[in-house]
Amino acid sequence: MRIVLERRDDRPRWLSFASPLAAVVLTMIAGAILFALMGRNPVAALKVFFIDPLSDGWALQELAVKATPLILISVGLTLCYRSNNWNIGAEGQLVMGAIFGSWLALATHGTPNGPWVIAAMLALGALGGMLWALIPALLKTRFGVNEILASLMLVYVAELTLDYLVRGRWRDPKGFNFPQSVNFEPEATMPLLAESGRLHVGFLIAIAVALTAAFVMARMIKGFEIRLVGEAPRAARFAGFDDRRTTLLVFAVSGALAGLAGIIEVSGPIGQLQPSISPGYGFTAIIVAFLGRLNPIGALVAALFLALTFIGGENAQIAMRIPLDVTRVFQGLLLFFVLGCDAFLLYRLRILATGRTA
Amino acid sequence: MGLFEAILLTVVTAATPLLIAALGELVVERSGVLNLGVEGMMIVGAATGFAVAILTGSALLGVLAAVAAGMAMAALFAGLTLGLAANQVATGLALTILGLGLSGLIGRDFIGARRDPMAKIVVPYLSDIPVIGKLVFAQDPIVYASVALLAGVWWFLFRSRAGLVLRAVGESHASAHALGYSVLKIRFLAVLFGGGCAGLAGAYLSLAYTPFWSPGMTAGRGWIALAIVVFASWLPLRVAIGAYLFGGVTVLQLHAQAQGLGIPSQLMSALPYLATILVLVLISAGRRGSQAPASLGTPFVPDR
Repeated sequence: MRIVLERRDDRPRWLSFASPLAAVVLTMIAGAILFALMGRNPVAALKVFFIDPLSDGWALQELAVKATPLILISVGLTLCYRSNNWNIGAEGQLVMGAIFGSWLALATHGTPNGPWVIAAMLALGALGGMLWALIPALLKTRFGVNEILASLMLVYVAELTLDYLVRGRWRDPKGFNFPQSVNFEPEATMPLLAESGRLHVGFLIAIAVALTAAFVMARMIKGFEIRLVGEAPRAARFAGFDDRRTTLLVFAVSGALAGLAGIIEVSGPIGQLQPSISPGYGFTAIIVAFLGRLNPIGALVAALFLALTFIGGENAQIAMRIPLDVTRVFQGLLLFFVLGCDAFLLYRLRILATGRTA
Repeated sequence: MGLFEAILLTVVTAATPLLIAALGELVVERSGVLNLGVEGMMIVGAATGFAVAILTGSALLGVLAAVAAGMAMAALFAGLTLGLAANQVATGLALTILGLGLSGLIGRDFIGARRDPMAKIVVPYLSDIPVIGKLVFAQDPIVYASVALLAGVWWFLFRSRAGLVLRAVGESHASAHALGYSVLKIRFLAVLFGGGCAGLAGAYLSLAYTPFWSPGMTAGRGWIALAIVVFASWLPLRVAIGAYLFGGVTVLQLHAQAQGLGIPSQLMSALPYLATILVLVLISAGRRGSQAPASLGTPFVPDR
């Protein structure tokens, strides 16, 4: 008996919804096994991880706060991956956005200002992320440099730049030598949506971005161009679409969104610049993009689920002394299962009797 | 021992993990598979190797366990990309994310533990030769293994029949399949070899380079190894040049930091990454057409 893959002629619609769900279920089963191996009660651990963060209003707010950067970044990445541009340096673009935006917050610190400050910070953040993303994009279109490696190397450079600034010239002089900037003025922080809690305007921005991207991808010629360049590059060239311009465009957009996510994190939940401003949102967003089937609305839903793993991981660490690395393992497993389940969209398994030569 | 000699010695130790991991990835890519998970396999190898070496007291068992761990990770990758024809770029990234998490879990109980670095093999008399004596005749076993690996990979790829088949699979899997070669089996073995090498490179980091475990200790070396393969135009001897070049950059920036030249330490730490980008630009700009194996990164599904 042999098992072989066979290309599907049809692609049933229900499968494209069932496949991410199956991946989530498989991740939870793998998670239960992992917890059992670590000597913890699997049911209790899964409850802490995936149910408790949904239990009250405060926790739901936290979920939206954590989902905000994931939505912003992953929506940008869906555009990249759809057009076969592998930007995996979103983490660095996030950091650069935070640096650019924070410059204004620190430059205007201590002087009376209006609400224009935060708006200008967001714009600068998007600009910073965009410029940082355009480096690998230009290297790719100009010299044919592999964008995967270039964008990833720039993550390390961006993180070291941030480290230099918060330990050096941007350090709070009254901060007892801690490597951090001053706390941003109220005019330089994200407006909150509710009286209590941490939910801020950034979440609404993220949703608006996802809806806009979904509209562009599905209904506008630019979206068609992006999809065509990825799926049928030859046809795209015949249609007169310039794949280099597409590369620059998707990198610019995804970089700007990652930069926006960075400045929103710093001016929102964190409130100051620190050496570490992200628990790896830029990398997790890659998983979000794939779990959302490279679709902006799908990414919106998937971001909420991955935000759950971040909060669940923190809860499990406090409640059950489960190490934070479990979150990373979960996220890696999830991406594995997503990719594995997606194979069944393109192929079906056929079991053949033995004796036939392949 | 002079400063120059000391610097040369540290260049060897900095280059060895890069060389081993890049040679493994070279074979994988020559078979037409792009495994971006080198960083993940390497760090799992580092954690497993150190943990087993502490538990058993044997460096050899640690190294073997690291190789096995790298191969297990690679088998996972192969199951998805070869068995289910999944996207190789995304699966490689998943392998890296998973590896970073798993290594944290494995190494958690061993943070702060210390053991002596692996014993060096000292050749009597010859190691007393000035300058090159220590460099060539008093290294740890993995350094010697890396040189043997280089020779072995070169011989295999360009002087053996099996290597010729492997390269054919990487250039045109459809033709190789038509000739009756089992594309998926050959690629599976290549991916396993790459995983073993990445695991070995990780073991070198935690058992010889810095004889302790710290989370995230590979610090992007897996990615630099991937860049070295591109830099080397998929040729083993150039991989060695690339690895030693990057080892040199790493060591120079460490020495410059120690000298305190007034340059921010962060800028010096960023040098290997900036150098990687610069080298990729120079290599890509100077080259006409791609020298990558023609089937690199494309999944193969045999039709009957």
